[in-house]
Amino acid sequence: MPAGRHTMLPAAGFAGIDLACRRGERLVFAGLSFSLAAGGALVLTGPNGSGKSSLLRLMAGLGRPEAGVLSWDGAPVGEDPPAHRARLHFIGHQEAVKPLLSVAENLAFWAGMRGGGDVGQALARFRLAAFAGSPCRLLSAGQRRRLALARLLASPAPLWLLDEPATGLDSDALDDLQAAIAAQREAGGFVVLSTHTELPMAGAATLCLSDFAARPA
Amino acid sequence: MSAFRLLVQRDLRLALRQGGDAAMVVGFFVLATILFPFGVGPEPELLARIAAGILWVTALLAALLSLERLFQADWEDGSLEALSLMPLPLEAQVLAKCLAHWLVTGLPLSATAPLLALLLQLDAAGYKVLVASLLLGTPTLSLIGAVGAALSLGARRGGVLLSLLMLPLYIPVLIFGVGAIEASIGGFGVGPHLLLLGALLAGALPLAPLAAAAALRQALE
Amino acid sequence: MNLHRFANPARFMRLSSALLPWCGAGAAALIGIGLYLALFIAPPDYQQGEAVRIMFVHVPAAWMASLVYALMALASAIALIWRHPLADIAALSAAPLGAGFTLLCLVTGSLWGERMWGTWWVWDARLTSVLVLFFLYLGYLALVNAFDEPGRGARAGAILALVGIVNLPIIKFSVDWWNTLHQPASVFRLGGPTIDASMLWPLAIMVLGFMLFFATLLLVRMRTTLIEAKIRVLLLSEIERHAAASPRQAVAS
Repeated sequence: MPAGRHTMLPAAGFAGIDLACRRGERLVFAGLSFSLAAGGALVLTGPNGSGKSSLLRLMAGLGRPEAGVLSWDGAPVGEDPPAHRARLHFIGHQEAVKPLLSVAENLAFWAGMRGGGDVGQALARFRLAAFAGSPCRLLSAGQRRRLALARLLASPAPLWLLDEPATGLDSDALDDLQAAIAAQREAGGFVVLSTHTELPMAGAATLCLSDFAARPA
Repeated sequence: MSAFRLLVQRDLRLALRQGGDAAMVVGFFVLATILFPFGVGPEPELLARIAAGILWVTALLAALLSLERLFQADWEDGSLEALSLMPLPLEAQVLAKCLAHWLVTGLPLSATAPLLALLLQLDAAGYKVLVASLLLGTPTLSLIGAVGAALSLGARRGGVLLSLLMLPLYIPVLIFGVGAIEASIGGFGVGPHLLLLGALLAGALPLAPLAAAAALRQALE
Repeated sequence: MNLHRFANPARFMRLSSALLPWCGAGAAALIGIGLYLALFIAPPDYQQGEAVRIMFVHVPAAWMASLVYALMALASAIALIWRHPLADIAALSAAPLGAGFTLLCLVTGSLWGERMWGTWWVWDARLTSVLVLFFLYLGYLALVNAFDEPGRGARAGAILALVGIVNLPIIKFSVDWWNTLHQPASVFRLGGPTIDASMLWPLAIMVLGFMLFFATLLLVRMRTTLIEAKIRVLLLSEIERHAAASPRQAVAS
């Protein structure tokens, strides 16, 4: 359990203070802090195994930090997990796409679980409108990726957590993703993403995870 | 539409499009039951005496057979992770998935059982109670099974492991289920047995989703 | 903030190393005295003859079988709620011991049954409950060993132990119910309620001896697990030191 109450939590925005993460018996990173204001973006870099995915999962509430605290508008997110879940989109390595459902059915399900949204518009923004009725088993890997990203637009959420979102995307889709991120930030949203490829973003902060690798005991 | 109904609907749609699940469960139920006369001999008196036990044991095994897939597919393609981040509490999602599972396994099993009871010469007095006990007992099997399915996610030899985990926990359902049928054939009151089955269901309804959701969370961690 | 929870928990190691010789010696002495009393001093039963002496192993084993499961569930609850790593290790270390006591209970019950009923197995309510308990133990052991990541197995096992402890009374009740429906009431129960004082003393000493024996083995197993973890941490840090020395080799995990 995080020890004691943190008095130094930033009053607004999404922040993490003195985070540490353990995977198995290995301390992946420690002493990691960040802070994001509305419209901010954070790019996570670092070699394999440096903990980019682990940090994103901690931010999403999938697992607890070994130490430290994550806060949203001054309150630790661990105090109200349902509220945190309601405000975030997490797109992990896997697309969570059901091959037996159609493209529109897949997206409508995920949007519906969050209270509904504009499925058609989200599909159009990621150039999937033409496939809306076809079953997802016919999609290519890149198209499945786009369908996963379309979840971001089908139902709005202020915080986007994207684990290697650019994997498998062609240059058109990359442009779509960047446009979506820019729009999200313009609307005052927050974006945290990990990437290996260059994903140019204006005014994004960069966090290199290998700077926080735990020293060998 | 509420998120709960949406999830039930999605699971049912997936099960129907896959087409195999319900058919496989009922198929196993029929085949395993038909093996018994070959194993113990065709004497009607003997079959009638053990019919209730055979039907309940094979129904239980058939339900067990389909449990492994309850969370497996969602776990493999990342849907489970995404579901756990949805506003609907994970406990309610487990309940929704159990309901969908029961609709494609427990319900068809309960519907098929009277036909098989005919083949096994079950006493006429037992038919109603056979169906009633299955309708009351199989939801408990789905609920308790969900805990095992969640616990064994990602384990080596998941199927065998699941059977080992579940069989001791299924014993009370089996005992009261068969007990009800035998009581009705013997001319005793079936009330206590059915009430006990109902009590097991009433206990499993809140507790099993709680335990299964905890197991899913630690599987996702 | 305990960053190095897998580092040597020195206090437990010190305490357990001080306790171990006493537990071990106590267990040996009590079981020795208990067996002597049971085999040579206690009178043979007027009905069962010398075979009644099996009881002095069977009954303590049966008690230990349930007691260890309850302890396992308690340790699991502590592990789940407070995430205390020692509680996890205690539950994992206790499980094979509990399974061992359960097996001992089943085997002695079968031997006793052969003398009394002339058959190796009777679906007696108590023996059947112990058999189901044995399967609960086996399920737990299979589950905790079924994952590549040991922490995952421990957490899954903790949930299963709690599910098991909730279900145990229900299973026990249902088996008793089933037994009264299917067995004539005249069947003699193992370890009936009336025990003469001359038998009670050796029995009590044996139970205490079994408990100390369990405590001894539990401490040894927990210490072994902790030492193993310490070795793994050392090996891992060695690997990371090498990786740090040659940064081209990224550490995969």
